[in-house]
Amino acid sequence: MEDIIEGTAYVLGDDIDTDQIIPAEHLVYSLSDPEEKKNYGKYALSGVPSAGAGLPDGGKSFVADGKFESDHKIIIGGKNFGCGSSREHAPACLKIAGIKAVVAESYARIFYRNSVDGGFFIPFETPASLIGTIRTGDRLVIDVAKGELTHHSGGDSKVWQLKPLGDVSEIIRAGDIFAYARKAGLIPSA
Amino acid sequence: MTLTEKILADHSDQATVSPGDNIWIDVDVLMTHDVCGPGTIGIFKEQFGADFKVWNKEKVVIIPDHYIFTSDVHANRNIDILRAFAKEQSLPYYYDVGTKDYKGVCHIALAQEGHNRPGEVLFGTDSHTCTSGAFGMFATGIGNTDAAFIMGTGKLWVKVPESMRFEFTGEFPPYIMAKDIILQVIGDIGVAGATYRAMEWAGDAIMNFSMEERMTLCNMAIEAGGKNALIPADEKTVEYVKQRTDKPFKIHHADADAKYCFNKVYNASEMEPVVAKPHSPDNKAKVTEVAGTKIDRAYIGSCTGGKFTDFLAAARILKGKKVAVDTFIVPATMEVEKDLYEKRWDGETLMDIFKNAGASIGESSCAACLGGPKDTFGRTHGTEVVISTTNRNFPGRMGSKQSEVYLASPYTAAASAITGKITDPREFIN
Repeated sequence: MEDIIEGTAYVLGDDIDTDQIIPAEHLVYSLSDPEEKKNYGKYALSGVPSAGAGLPDGGKSFVADGKFESDHKIIIGGKNFGCGSSREHAPACLKIAGIKAVVAESYARIFYRNSVDGGFFIPFETPASLIGTIRTGDRLVIDVAKGELTHHSGGDSKVWQLKPLGDVSEIIRAGDIFAYARKAGLIPSA
Repeated sequence: MTLTEKILADHSDQATVSPGDNIWIDVDVLMTHDVCGPGTIGIFKEQFGADFKVWNKEKVVIIPDHYIFTSDVHANRNIDILRAFAKEQSLPYYYDVGTKDYKGVCHIALAQEGHNRPGEVLFGTDSHTCTSGAFGMFATGIGNTDAAFIMGTGKLWVKVPESMRFEFTGEFPPYIMAKDIILQVIGDIGVAGATYRAMEWAGDAIMNFSMEERMTLCNMAIEAGGKNALIPADEKTVEYVKQRTDKPFKIHHADADAKYCFNKVYNASEMEPVVAKPHSPDNKAKVTEVAGTKIDRAYIGSCTGGKFTDFLAAARILKGKKVAVDTFIVPATMEVEKDLYEKRWDGETLMDIFKNAGASIGESSCAACLGGPKDTFGRTHGTEVVISTTNRNFPGRMGSKQSEVYLASPYTAAASAITGKITDPREFIN
């Protein structure tokens, strides 16, 4: 787990479902093959309708044409982020595209769990919506231990307190559910 | 304790559990399919070793169903991965494509093949695994990593959910289906109204539903964010299960003093046909409010709306009529398809009713419910307006981001297919 996560924001709205995160037609690529799985980066967030892609202006592709990684490292979302399918390809594609953290008001249960148990990135929650405050492309710094998000916009910077990671912090700290279970002696060490 | 708490406690090392507790539970069945199975197998081998055996081969069920009838090479490669794994692990419950063992949509096949049993814990790599809650069991969707963990250990951690109770008293009108009820409830509580929670159904009207209708009700709990759905097992459940498996099972009931975080009582007789408008399952409208909206296509299929009962409802309306728009019929499983050929409504087989009405019949699978590869039967490719008995109408869900999907009951979908616009089924049945 990184102590400091730094990068630009990609801002999305409420109820971003897994069909928008990774449309079902792309769920055919291997997640085990290092070359083939790059396709998940290429198509990450390709199902988001243009008006909502990179708020507030929209019309901003998450991953540029012909690329497999995004220029952005942190996603800002609203309520019920990751609703819909249980496809783990959804958090996986965001990681493959280079995402280190998602900061949303709330998550759908399976997406949240997959993000944590699979160790793809840290799903932070905020007490209030940041969608109207942070713009796509703004520079953000997350201090993981302090649970603080620093937002740089123009010459100004502002610090937001994130919600504590709570029950799942042990799994996040370990890396994923397997590392956690090995550490806790629940399964034998590899 | 609620029914969910009872079942979870029974599978943990604790006598009682409460909402918010993080517990480890023993798993009775792990189900996966062609979309998430290969990823699960990849993680399983990476974490436990290439030669490691699954914790219990009797408890791993693999049902390919998503991308079956396609020329997509990657999709077909994924079936090969499942086949090789089932062989290497000697799995008795692998329902292979292109053989007589092939079934179709996993949630319906689980029920039909006797894998749903009251009191058990079932995890599946599909969000609609909550469908199995219709059998008085705990069932929920998980990702590849959790599934791989179960494959190796037979265990998983869960947070005990709070329970919500939805009671329907009295009797539903004859034109109301379970689909109307779940769309009504999702509309009332919203797409995140049951997040992290169990949705427990109760009341005479619910218990009068057939097992298939109960499955429809539980199927869409995930569309309200629910962790699981539950209908207590009764004689109807026992009869259905005993016809399909000899395995023993245990029937639990909620305690009289069980605590619910939400309780709502509906008068069943007041329910009306409803739809979910584009692009969210909670975008509820009464059919009377959107009647007349022009459609290009009707789609009847999926785990939600492709069971025998769903087709019987559609057939009652389509019998002797012609469809005005492209109408796609996709039986969820081979058993449903067989019934369409063999069972009759008013002297005619359901298959003949659909063919004579001018509908196109697809092969058993998930098909266009989730879009899928470009050559998927019934997939949208443009600006089609669709009325569908499926479960999700997110942007692009059925293929094209420009298409618009209205979710509806089989009655409403069939009535709309005949007129080419959204139509109240009461115009055809009363």
